[in-house]
Amino acid sequence: MSLHPYDHLGVYLVLAAFLLAAGIYGLVRRRTLIGMLISGELIFSAAALNFMALNRFLAPDPAVGQIFVLFLMGLAAAEVAIALSIIIAVYRNYSSIHSKELSDLQG
Amino acid sequence: MIPGSDYLVIAIFGVIVATTVAGALLAVLSTRIIRSVCGLAVCCIGLAGLYYFLNSPFLALMEILIYVGAVCVTIVFGVMLSEPDEPSPQEKRHREMLWGGVALLVSAAVFWGVSRLGLRGNWPAPAVRATDGSVQAIGTALLTTYSLPFELISLVLLVAILGALVIARGGRRPE
Repeated sequence: MSLHPYDHLGVYLVLAAFLLAAGIYGLVRRRTLIGMLISGELIFSAAALNFMALNRFLAPDPAVGQIFVLFLMGLAAAEVAIALSIIIAVYRNYSSIHSKELSDLQG
Repeated sequence: MIPGSDYLVIAIFGVIVATTVAGALLAVLSTRIIRSVCGLAVCCIGLAGLYYFLNSPFLALMEILIYVGAVCVTIVFGVMLSEPDEPSPQEKRHREMLWGGVALLVSAAVFWGVSRLGLRGNWPAPAVRATDGSVQAIGTALLTTYSLPFELISLVLLVAILGALVIARGGRRPE
């Protein structure tokens, strides 16, 4: 084990934990749908970083994790496309994407 | 090897880590959504650097191509088509503070717990590496072992495109 910080698994895991925590904070705090979508992307990135770090240091076959993260990126792109079309449809119906105003029922 | 190049590499690594952290904070904390999207882009550029340090220049390129080039640009389109700035707080001041405190507490607990798990875990290093994880190995695996998921992800993307079109066109009035 060398002394370089970029050769330690823990650095990457803590960074991924930070991204996850930032994403959760954003999901709770944001009051618009696009802001929540961006926080969700941060959580996706945290998962991908975890996969890459464990793949680099621990996996017997380092190609597998890279392929998995590639699929993860594809799924994230599909998710963003669907979520944005839903957001645009919501904006057309409600003229707002603030999560507080998107309710038809009283109370 | 040039003397002192170790410190240069460590400094570059520090800059990349700082870029990732600053991008994530900017994405979460700014009130204008467009700055938040820029924060996401900065964070993804930092992540691409981290992937480069994790022996995967191919995924670093893909991260920039997909996230900065596609995802962030798509979100900017969404920002242009709607009105996404954070509303000025209408609820009472102390409720606002309370929710901020709860969110901060929850995310700090998640950060502490997950990073503690990661640091204290007993991670066994593999005895032998099957491949070197190069682009060639990725390509071979994609076209042999993982050819079915590779085709399925293209199907998922096709369905996502069609679904996005159908949903976004739904409420539009005929001309």
